[in-house]
Amino acid sequence: MNDPNMNDPNVVIAAESLGKSYGALTAVAGINFRIHRGECFGFLGPNGAGKTSTMRMMQAVMAPTSGTLRVLGLDVAREGKAVRQRIGVCPQTDNLDVDLRVRENLLVYASYYGLSRSERERRADELLVFADLEAKANARVPELSGGMKRRLTIARALVNRPEVLLLDEPTTGLDPQARQQLWQKLRELKESGVTMVLSTHYMEEAERLCDRLVIMDHGKILTEGTPRALVESHVGREVATPSQVRPAGLEDVFLHLTGRGLDA
Amino acid sequence: MQPFFRGAWAVAARNLRVWRTMALASVLGNFGEPILYLLAMGFGLGRVVPPLDGMTYAEFIAPGLVVSTVMYTATFEMTYGSYTRMAEQGVWDAILATPVTPTELCMGELIYAGVKAGVGAVAVLLVVAAFGLVQSPLAVFVLPLGFVAGVLFASMALAVTTVSKSYEAFNYYFTLVVAPMFLFSGIFFPLEGSPRWLKLFAQVLPLTHVVQVSRACLRGTFDGTAAVHVAVVLAMTCGGVALAAAGARRRLNH
Ligand SMILES: Nc1ncnc2c1ncn2[C@@H]1O[C@H](COP(=O)(O)OP(=O)(O)OP(=O)(O)O)[C@@H](O)[C@H]1O
Ligand SMILES: [Mg+2]
Repeated sequence: MNDPNMNDPNVVIAAESLGKSYGALTAVAGINFRIHRGECFGFLGPNGAGKTSTMRMMQAVMAPTSGTLRVLGLDVAREGKAVRQRIGVCPQTDNLDVDLRVRENLLVYASYYGLSRSERERRADELLVFADLEAKANARVPELSGGMKRRLTIARALVNRPEVLLLDEPTTGLDPQARQQLWQKLRELKESGVTMVLSTHYMEEAERLCDRLVIMDHGKILTEGTPRALVESHVGREVATPSQVRPAGLEDVFLHLTGRGLDA
Repeated sequence: MQPFFRGAWAVAARNLRVWRTMALASVLGNFGEPILYLLAMGFGLGRVVPPLDGMTYAEFIAPGLVVSTVMYTATFEMTYGSYTRMAEQGVWDAILATPVTPTELCMGELIYAGVKAGVGAVAVLLVVAAFGLVQSPLAVFVLPLGFVAGVLFASMALAVTTVSKSYEAFNYYFTLVVAPMFLFSGIFFPLEGSPRWLKLFAQVLPLTHVVQVSRACLRGTFDGTAAVHVAVVLAMTCGGVALAAAGARRRLNH
C-alpha cells in the first residue's frame, strides 16, 4: 500500500501490515494504524493480545518480521538509533538502575542521549519536581514505593524531551490512589503537547486518557475510534444487566466483539 | 567526541560510577588475592627454589601476578557482573531503549573492564614494588598493558556471557579456561625447558603473551621478542573485541 499520507507531518507513527512472529507464534498479525501529533493513542487488550510486541517495535528495540513501521517519518528497522533519540519509553516492567540512587538514575540516563553535563543536571532537577520525588533524590531505588518507581520511570523517559512518549501499561500493579496520581501526571504531559501512546488493559484508563484507541486481541485490531464512538457504535449508550441499567463502557465493547470479558 | 564513542563512554561511565561508590570496600576483594600468592609462593615456596634466569622466585612470579589480576578482574566483571546487568537487573534493556546500540554497549562494558583491570594491575604493582621486586622504570607500562589486556580478557568473557543462559556457564569458563590460563602461562615456572606440548599449549593462551610483556617491563629487558608478544596481545584483543561485539549484536536482537 503506497499511501500519500505516509508523508503527512501530522502522522507521528504509521504502521502498514505490521507483523511480529516469535518462531511459529504470531504475536502481531498484520495491523494498520496511524497516530497523530499531540494525541493520546491507546492500545487496549487482554493479556497476550500483542500490545507489548507492538510497543517494542515502535520503540525500535525489536524489528518487525513483516510490514512497515515508521516513527517520526523514520523506518524503525533501518533508523532505530535516530528513532530512539527522539522518543521516550516507559516499559511494562520497571527497569530502573538499582545500583544508582534516584537522581543518579536521571543523570545517567540523560548521558545515554548525549546531553551535556549542565543539561543533565538541569533536566534531573526539573524532572524530580515533575515526579514529586525531590525528597527522594538520594534514596535507593528499592526504597521507593511502586507508584514512586513508576513516576521515576516516566520522568526518566522524559530526559531527552521526547516528541513521542510510549507507555506500556503505565499503571498496572498500582493501587487506585497511585493510579489517580499517575493519571494526573499523564494529563499534564498531554497538555504540554507531547504525543502519547499507551497500552493498557484497564478500560477506565483508556476512557480517561485516550483521544483515540484500538482494541486488540490475538494480534489483531478489532476496532478503532474515540472511546465514546466505540461505545455508541457497538453497544449503545446503556447496557442492561440482570440487576440494573448502567452506562455502557469499553468493557462492553470488548465483550460485544469477542464474546468474553477483558480480564478473561 | 564522535557519537559512537559517546554512547560507549556513557555506558563505561555508568559502570565506573557504580564501582566508585563501592571502590574502597572492593579494592581488597578485587586485588588482594595476588598478594596472597606472592607471600605464599614467592616468599614461602621461593626459599626452596633456586634462582631462575638470575631472578629470585619472588622476582620471577611478581610480573605474572600483576597481570593475573588483570585477567581475574576483567573476567569476573564481564561474566557475573555483565550477566547481572543483562539478565537480572534490566540495566541493558533500559540502555538499549536509548540511542545506545548493542555494539556501543559492548564497547562501553569493555572499556570499563579495561579501566578497572588497569587500576588493579597498578594496585598490585605498587605492592610488588614495595617488596622491592621491580627493577625498571619501564614498569609504568603496566598501566597501558593492564588496560589492553583487560579489554582482551573482558572481550573473551563477554563473548561467553552473550551465549550464556544462566550463571552456571561461568563455572565451566573459570574451570576450563581461566584456571588453566593462570597455571600454564608461565607465571609460576619458565616455559623454556618445559615439555613440548606444554610450550605449544601455552602459546595459544593469551595470558602467556601478557605475562612475557609484563616481565620485560618489570625487569627492563624489553627487546624484539617482547615486541612480538605485544603484537600478539594487540591482535588477540582485536579478535576478542570483534567476537564480543558480534555476540552482543546477536544476543540483543538488533
Ligand atoms: N520474547 C518472546 N518470545 C516468544 N513469545 C513471545 C515473546 N514475547 C511475547 N510473546 C508471545 O507473544 C504474544 C503477545 O505477547 P505480548 O507481550 O505482546 O502481549 P501483551 O498484550 O503485551 O500482553 P500482557 O497484557 O500480558 O502484557 C503472547 O502469546 C506471548 O506469549
Ligand atoms: Mg504487555
